[in-house]
Amino acid sequence: MSNKHIAKNQPSTFIFSQENIEKINDILKKHPEEKKKSAVMPLLYLAQKQNNNWIPLAAIRLIAEMIDTTYIKVYEVATFYTMYNLAPVGKYFVQVCTTTPCMIRGSGKIVEKCEKLISKKPGHLNHELDSSWIEVECLGACVNAPMVQINNDYYEDLSAEKAEEIFKGFKEGRLPNIGSQSGRKGSEPTQNRTTLLKNA
Amino acid sequence: MLKDKDRIFKNLYGDEPFNLSNALNRGDWKDTKEIISKGKDWIIDEIKNSELRGRGGAGFPTGMKWSFAPKKPNPNRPHYLIINADESEPGTCKDRDILRYEPQKLIEGSLISAYAVGANTCYVYIRGEYVNEGKILQEAINEAYKQKLIGKNASGSGWDFDMHIHYGAGAYICGEETALLESLEGNKGQPRLKPPFPALVGLYGCPTIVNNVETIAVVPTILKRGSAWFASFGRPKNRGTKIFCISGNVVNPCNVEEEMSVPLKELIETHAGGVLGGWDNLQAVIPGGSSMPLLPKKVCDNILMDFDSLIEAKSGMGTAGVVVIDKSQDIVSCVSRISRFYKHESCGQCTPCREGSGWLWRMMERINRGESEIHEIDMLLDVTKQIEGHTICAFGEAAAWPVQGLLRHFREEMEEKCSNLANRKIA
Repeated sequence: MSNKHIAKNQPSTFIFSQENIEKINDILKKHPEEKKKSAVMPLLYLAQKQNNNWIPLAAIRLIAEMIDTTYIKVYEVATFYTMYNLAPVGKYFVQVCTTTPCMIRGSGKIVEKCEKLISKKPGHLNHELDSSWIEVECLGACVNAPMVQINNDYYEDLSAEKAEEIFKGFKEGRLPNIGSQSGRKGSEPTQNRTTLLKNA
Repeated sequence: MLKDKDRIFKNLYGDEPFNLSNALNRGDWKDTKEIISKGKDWIIDEIKNSELRGRGGAGFPTGMKWSFAPKKPNPNRPHYLIINADESEPGTCKDRDILRYEPQKLIEGSLISAYAVGANTCYVYIRGEYVNEGKILQEAINEAYKQKLIGKNASGSGWDFDMHIHYGAGAYICGEETALLESLEGNKGQPRLKPPFPALVGLYGCPTIVNNVETIAVVPTILKRGSAWFASFGRPKNRGTKIFCISGNVVNPCNVEEEMSVPLKELIETHAGGVLGGWDNLQAVIPGGSSMPLLPKKVCDNILMDFDSLIEAKSGMGTAGVVVIDKSQDIVSCVSRISRFYKHESCGQCTPCREGSGWLWRMMERINRGESEIHEIDMLLDVTKQIEGHTICAFGEAAAWPVQGLLRHFREEMEEKCSNLANRKIA
């Protein structure tokens, strides 16, 4: 279970944009009509996306009304799952995987770079880089370790130097191509490929 | 070594685009209608004969699972097929490659499987972090709808089939099938008591079959090439091919599709360029994702990678996420980090797991820092036994087993850390 940081300064109201209301209508069609509650997770995502990557409590109240459930049921979901941010995060939100497969490939050095360049402690906004960082559990890119997720995108096969370069680039709004930073495409061996040779 | 012609996932490395036209060239959606026309019983029998076991970790025979779905349709209780793409087991990153490079195999497999279990609706539960992989799958689904491969009268088979994506949001426990169902219904992902099993009472109380991405994605190829072909690989009851994820201290970490029952040493040395510093520099291997107990080098020398051989060695095949740990690593730290993972991911429903996973982590950290007395090592073992078998789902075992594995094979290293404290006290 996650300890959630909930923002002290909350907007009093929240409304979905017209574009998102259309999306919500499509989402509601995916489930049987009387099972509207199934839409709670996608609706929380939409609210988060619309509101600079964090969900205000007013949005939780609104979503509860929209899917005919209680505030606490939506609040429960928003606090249970780690990917819902209930307080502001940086425009560049860095999530460093530090679980064992990344750890043994040197994710500790990436964490050091975050502490040095973004904030001493995780979860604090660096206004100059418009960024914040947290440590997360396994992101499922273990053969491309160590890696970080910045907003929606994975940056893999990192070194401390490469990570530093990426974080410093936030200032100019510059990000490298997503995926491996060591030049490979996916999860194939970097050298001496042994399989699927016809396509190589 | 498995030959390229016998590899199911020809585009595992994304050498070609994922698009439908490329997928058709690779043989996807060939004869789908003919396969479906052979009927449910034929499909389920073929999968049973292929001896395919679930690829998500538990290794349950897939054909048998499908046969649990009620045979007589009840219009008030529609059947559902759920694809478990909540890949979060540390060391595992195989489903990701299927989603982004071979999505049509998954969609075709879903149609055939859904037909076999009587489902018209399929939900794919993707972990929330796989945003880009989900986008690719959605694009692939849209292409399949457009070509009438799925939708009403899918592929001309007479069967209606709809497929929807549902994103998780960073909870490992939602990979447990009943927690996944809770999440899909809009609740916290806390596992349900079983029985009843989902095959009878699942999503919205209706019969539901939950399968892993890799399990479903191999189904079309098995049916096209025949169960005998699939069953020609691996040892009895451990048949077929499997994607292995080789991570950690190896020269070339990679995913690779190999034959089941391949020797672990051969797997690492052939495909991943060997252990950094050579085989003798190996300390231990976690053979099946973080919840499986690690194996010391002397076991790794000869072990075969399949369900039964690894159970014999008191570990497990799990998801086949092979994490290689060389001698430069502090083995206690490695396992302590795994304990931190389980402490973080416990859903909090059952007391032994909610409290015990935190105990395990804190005790592991104390031992790691050399702040424990030697007798605390036995206490640690006792705590794992208090969790194991006392929880609703298998998460309790998943938290306990890695620590038990460490105690079994690396007790000396732990005692050494503790004796530092004794020495300090004397001094």
